[in-house]
Amino acid sequence: MNIRFLLNGEQQEIAVKDASITLLDWLREDKRLTGTKEGCNEGDCGACSVIVTDEDGAKPLNACIVFLPQINGKAVRTVEGIAAPDGTLHPVQDAMITNHGSQCGFCTPGFITTMACNHLNDITDHATALAGNLCRCTGYAPILRAAQQAETSPVPPHLRDQPIPSATQIALDDPHWVQPATSADLADWYVKNPNATLIAGATDVGLWVTKQFRDLGAVAFLNRCADLRGITEHDTHFEIGAMTTLADLEPIMDRAHPSFAQMIRRYGSAQVRAAATLGGNIANGSPIGDGPPALIALDATLRLRKGEVSREIPLKDFFIAYGKQDRAPGEFVEAILIPKAPQDRLKCYKLSKRFDQDITAVCACLWIETEDNVITTARIALGGMAGIPQRAANAEATLLGQPFNAETFRAAMTALDKDFTPLSDMRASAQYRMQTAQNMLWRYWLEDQGTDAQVRT
Amino acid sequence: MSVAKPLPHDAARLHVTGAARYVDDIPTPTGTLHLAFGLSPIASGRIASLDLEAVRSAPGVVHVMSAPDLKRDADCSPSNHDEPLLAKDTVRYVGQPVFLIAAKSHRQARAAARLAQIKFDETTPVLTIEDALAKDDRFEDGPRVYEKGNADDAITNAPHQLDGTFEIGGQEHFYLEGQAALVLPQEDGGAHVFSSTQHPTEIQHKVAEALGQPMHAVRVETRRMGGGFGGKESQGNHLAIACAVMAEATSQPCKMRYDRDDDFVITGKRHDFRIAYRCGFDDTGRVLGLDFTHYTRCGWSMDLSLPVADRAMLHASNAYHLEHVRICSHRLRTNTQSATAFRGFGGPQGMLGMERVMDHIAHSLELDPAAVRIANYFDSTAASAAKGKGREISPQTTPYGQVVDGFELNEMTDTLLKSADYTARRAEIKAFNDANPVLKKGLAFSPVMFGISFTLTHLNQAGALVHVYQDGSIHLNHGGTEMGQGLFQKIAQVAASRFGVPVETIKITATDTGKVPNTSATAASSGTDLNGMAVQVACDTIRTRMADMLAQKHQCAPNDIRFKDGRVFAPNTEYSFAEVANLTWQARISLSATGFYKTPEIEWDRINGKGRPFFYFAHGASVTEVLLDTLTGENRILRTDILHEAGASLNPALDVGQVEGGYVQGAGWLTMEELVWDAKGALKTHAPSTYKIPAFGDQPDTFNVALWDNSNRAETVYRSKAVGEPPLMLGISAFLALSDAVAASGTAYPDLRAPATPENLLSAIQRVQT
Repeated sequence: MNIRFLLNGEQQEIAVKDASITLLDWLREDKRLTGTKEGCNEGDCGACSVIVTDEDGAKPLNACIVFLPQINGKAVRTVEGIAAPDGTLHPVQDAMITNHGSQCGFCTPGFITTMACNHLNDITDHATALAGNLCRCTGYAPILRAAQQAETSPVPPHLRDQPIPSATQIALDDPHWVQPATSADLADWYVKNPNATLIAGATDVGLWVTKQFRDLGAVAFLNRCADLRGITEHDTHFEIGAMTTLADLEPIMDRAHPSFAQMIRRYGSAQVRAAATLGGNIANGSPIGDGPPALIALDATLRLRKGEVSREIPLKDFFIAYGKQDRAPGEFVEAILIPKAPQDRLKCYKLSKRFDQDITAVCACLWIETEDNVITTARIALGGMAGIPQRAANAEATLLGQPFNAETFRAAMTALDKDFTPLSDMRASAQYRMQTAQNMLWRYWLEDQGTDAQVRT
Repeated sequence: MSVAKPLPHDAARLHVTGAARYVDDIPTPTGTLHLAFGLSPIASGRIASLDLEAVRSAPGVVHVMSAPDLKRDADCSPSNHDEPLLAKDTVRYVGQPVFLIAAKSHRQARAAARLAQIKFDETTPVLTIEDALAKDDRFEDGPRVYEKGNADDAITNAPHQLDGTFEIGGQEHFYLEGQAALVLPQEDGGAHVFSSTQHPTEIQHKVAEALGQPMHAVRVETRRMGGGFGGKESQGNHLAIACAVMAEATSQPCKMRYDRDDDFVITGKRHDFRIAYRCGFDDTGRVLGLDFTHYTRCGWSMDLSLPVADRAMLHASNAYHLEHVRICSHRLRTNTQSATAFRGFGGPQGMLGMERVMDHIAHSLELDPAAVRIANYFDSTAASAAKGKGREISPQTTPYGQVVDGFELNEMTDTLLKSADYTARRAEIKAFNDANPVLKKGLAFSPVMFGISFTLTHLNQAGALVHVYQDGSIHLNHGGTEMGQGLFQKIAQVAASRFGVPVETIKITATDTGKVPNTSATAASSGTDLNGMAVQVACDTIRTRMADMLAQKHQCAPNDIRFKDGRVFAPNTEYSFAEVANLTWQARISLSATGFYKTPEIEWDRINGKGRPFFYFAHGASVTEVLLDTLTGENRILRTDILHEAGASLNPALDVGQVEGGYVQGAGWLTMEELVWDAKGALKTHAPSTYKIPAFGDQPDTFNVALWDNSNRAETVYRSKAVGEPPLMLGISAFLALSDAVAASGTAYPDLRAPATPENLLSAIQRVQT
């Protein structure tokens, strides 16, 4: 099956025999464009960052966990395409040289592409936007100076890529993999191929291939299902299409639930958020995904679809046990519905060894409402504390109907002990998980009282 | 002159355009095979059976070898001949290479590596310090001891005593470019090796041995590494040897690069330590007697552990003058990755032990920790006064008897504490902590005094090869390797200065064992000191020939010929440098020269711990302020102020880069970077998903770095000082600042272990609160 895309401004049409070939391997091995580096092959270091432009604009992606079919119809720009065709350096390249932003140089191409993409999109929150690019030499200070210096320079025109709207449609009868254009096509095909792997952003499935050598079997790439992507604001709720990326969710949540948005900004990295979808984050069923606890605390509803039939369930009921969700064969996540509330009562607390781009040890998301200082609603959802993201039934019961005060919270902290039996692993011990989860309840109370209780806000 | 100019890294333009080539980027001949190791899944045991049929028949696999298939003994150890390329009959750690695959692609080789059927007779592994002590499983006969004065008596007789024990975790290098090698087999059985290594000569030596060839049959080239940090001093041997023996077996070029997970699991890391201390001191915090015991977890093979543990002992007193001190070091063998060189080479662990003691003393006496440190410093003037006045003042010495001359830290500390506004901020922080029940701030000062020279004295030598072509362009080569530190540019600046030409005249070329032989590793911060001097010697040889030629031509003294700004001046005449090169060539005078340098004045007895191991000391000092959340242990560095010494800097921009990067790497080691092994010895933190190095947002919010402007008293190249390793230890102040913040939430001593992860911080917080 052929795909078409732009590479550094030049059209490519290639036959994809193996849909699990990554963009990085294709660039380095087939095109011999070796500027893009492999640092980790799992989307955690950013050395392979490239700029990918689609209808929504330009975004940085980790080429090591992008499969070739995912770039069908898009424009890819690698480090080799950042300087102008006449060799004139891009402002971020100039600034990196004059600020001594490269030492060993191995992370530099990934920084250059991400920085050029940020520069193009006028993004100046560098700590967040560059959290996905690791550097072991510089300590980042000169890179920050370079990024700041380049902020005011004009965008070189060749950086403004356009996708190819007329890209090849992939037929649904392909024996190896399909790329449905609508959710209806997907639903129809998936019922017939219920054991297939669905690939949305590939930020997790990518690792099944690069690290675990799993055979994906039949594969549907969902990236051309435009009707599964996007956010619709209704009177009573937000409807989030399953293919909406975390990057697209963040600004909406920043208005409605800023604490959730703040946590989204720590979800993976800019490169991961630009690929990862909310639907994937849920369907994956991970006990340490950061989306579900927040959405459960928001009392979100999941819409699943199988063939022609859709059904809605509370998100909290989707997670049954570790590795087991309430999803029938051939059924997929279509949308997430987040109810609107007159007042935002959500706090999301994510704890990890490193602030940015680290997998959660404990994630506590709390929504507590009061009337006349009596607690009327309490939804406390935790990640990292059990085999699934889960509500704290005992702690919630302890809060409900009680006065909103310190003693009540102390009691809920004690009750939390009965809700969870966390595990010890390389991220945290069971004891630390329990203790910090309890302390996050206390933090909710303290912050509500105006006490500073976070080192970064 | 181009020295002292803040020029960019020589490859900066290649870096930012993606044109800089690393080993995996080198175009390879058709038919190049890609290699991967099959690894041991257990920590200790005998291989009962090894069934590789599924591996051999996997797609793309061309050849598979296990230990019996090797033609010769292929050893990878840099020290002790105890690291077989492939496990023979026993395995010694989880991740040890057991078999070697050559396939048509990297991915096919990696996929096939998982298909072996291996049966083991497992034995109980030795994993921890306790395990190793219980079994007396160690390198060398027993603990090594350095001693000065009588520590026991001094501690007993002191007005105050304290003791403690604390753990210091290891550190993964996480060079962004993983280990890699490429071997092109040669017509006569030799090998041309491209290796991402800090030590091309070692690669040459080990590959030659594995091929049964003399060293002359093997040529190793290294243009650059994507980071090294010590992790490519010996850990690249395996890949180069694997490629060489597979290339011999298949007659095909062979390339090997570790996938990141393999890199974590196979290669050694910074040694983790346990340090026990007993200390006696007076009311001012002045140490009267000190007894350290270092327990070093070395892993399964010797590698570089002995000199690493030695250097930990050599830095166990950091910048402080101790009369009565005893340092005892246990080098323990465990069934884990063989711990190896990592920036500082044991020095950071030894130094952290001392800084921990300083902190503990200050806490127990309720004194300012900076004041206690200053009270214990060496005297800046004692050594020079002793020289001038005979015996009135005896020179102060380290615990191993080296006279401390040129001690800069008294003045540096004074300057830094003022520029960092240390005293006022202490008061502000106290006020903040009194007002905030949950968030606590901490502030800490710590100094660095790091000895410069390889402690194995014979390694302190270097060679260079310089050609001047008839058009005046200059080809520069030396034994040092470029891993990002800017060595090549600094040395090019030296060469340009010797010839009085712009640095663009100099062509920097890949390190090549065929050009400069018998080189030492680029390690121990010695790259510029050693190779810069060797290059200076080579350049001066050629310049003297040119000057002699012109002096004869113009009937003047050679000293009257001056090389400046790309011109050469003789009395009443001047030439371009190119014209002089051409004239020299026409006069049939050689325009090529080698240079050689060995560090003077050093001698060291490592068994007895006596002598002068170091040519000089490099100093630095830092102040770090942190913010800590006592509910979870989460934290952030708010501000860091550093004053660091680079002598008369050859390139202040590159030197500041080493200081900033070293600090963040050191702070990472002591805060978020945590290595976790499970109960069976498997490393659970084996990728950036689980092992967290500092990210962009972890740099200090405010980061003030300055160089201490002072020429090196020792005769180094342009009086500069080594700057590679010392700044890493500035990160100790971040650890101490966290401890200070913990201390603010209670009364007891925090007894914080390293790394200070949020979890370790929270348990320390609970400790001080009870």
